[in-house]
Amino acid sequence: MAHVELTVNGRAHRLACEDRTLLVTLLRDALGLTGTHIGCDTSQCGACVVHVDGRAVKSCTMLAAQASGSAVTTIEGLADGERLHPLQAAFREHHGLQCGYCTPGMIMSGVDIIRRHEGVLDEHIVREELEGNICRCTGYYNIVKAILAAAEDYPESAAPLKAEPARV
Amino acid sequence: MYEFSYLKPETLEAARSAFEAHEGARYMLGGHTLLPAMKARLAAPEALIDLAGIPELKGIGRTGGTISIGAAETHFDVSRNSELHAALPALAALAGSIGDPQVRHRGTIGGSLANNDPAADYPSALLALAGTVRTDRRAIPADDYLQGLYETALEEGEIVTRIDFPVVPFAAYAKFLHPASRYPMVGVFVARHEDGEIRVAVTGSGSDGVFRCTEIEAALEADFSADALEGLALDPDLFMSDIHGSADYRAALVPVMARRALRAPGTASIYK
Repeated sequence: MAHVELTVNGRAHRLACEDRTLLVTLLRDALGLTGTHIGCDTSQCGACVVHVDGRAVKSCTMLAAQASGSAVTTIEGLADGERLHPLQAAFREHHGLQCGYCTPGMIMSGVDIIRRHEGVLDEHIVREELEGNICRCTGYYNIVKAILAAAEDYPESAAPLKAEPARV
Repeated sequence: MYEFSYLKPETLEAARSAFEAHEGARYMLGGHTLLPAMKARLAAPEALIDLAGIPELKGIGRTGGTISIGAAETHFDVSRNSELHAALPALAALAGSIGDPQVRHRGTIGGSLANNDPAADYPSALLALAGTVRTDRRAIPADDYLQGLYETALEEGEIVTRIDFPVVPFAAYAKFLHPASRYPMVGVFVARHEDGEIRVAVTGSGSDGVFRCTEIEAALEADFSADALEGLALDPDLFMSDIHGSADYRAALVPVMARRALRAPGTASIYK
């Protein structure tokens, strides 16, 4: 058994799981954070993207044990209560989703893109940076539009609305 | 995945002991090749030894004419390193061209080179730049290290700790991606060294993994320019054929990618 200590959306957890447990499984099954989706389970589609220590990763391709000691942010950790994160609001405003399955991963990747580029984006950069996220509905057009719109709200759109506690 | 035990040693010594203590153990860094292989049950190690916490495997630094990159450095950190950007921008750009942003946040240079996937990007840079793979036991020159499809000179239990690259006057990489997998169908790394030696390495297409393309090197010895490769025909026997492309197709793509690399020094160009 693995003993995993990690912070998820600002809350500290100490959990026991199998050594082979994936981070996405821990988040969904042990913590009930089912906003993080499992799409392909082969690190291609990006539905499972979360942030580990501030970096977007595919949580289907990381062991829960590898995340021990880290701060994890999931889609549930972006908004502040009823107040949507700027990128969530932009997805709604620009109709950046249809079935919604890829949306949590798209938004977590979008926040990461805005952060890494410090809000300075154009359509080409966004499309290149979305290489690891697949959407079967939208044709990406409105997803790209939403990310570009939220980039205007940098730096607020580059992090969760509720700031993470400092990492130990 | 089948069951396994996960271990995270903090020193090289502890990693070696863990490897010896566990039958069927494998080392892991980012796990971005190994974990998918384990999910598909193509690999089933009984113990995974995570090397990511070992300090000797971290850091990027320049000493004289050599850039040394820790095995545990992620593609993202390699791509963003300012010292590497100044010294070998093509290598930094190559790291920034691997996979997708999330993969680059986890995958590592040491993991990639220990695996030596015939379609991986890094082996072409190692071979063309004549890098040196440092392990917990020895230093292995690229020419000895890379030994064919997924084969390296690494012995049982040997740990890649760092990879050293010489700073060279010219380096550039160009690749043509497979439209679905996004691995290179053909990737060509061109380097001209301080002593004038020209090394051109091809990944993604060789029937025996990454290899040096001596025909292109010879043409560039005579005239180091993209134009020197106009009309150059390569022997299709060197290349693999699969459902994605014939050997003739790959043989034709190699000089095209080499020319594009030559026209864009210090970069990694992606074509798709």
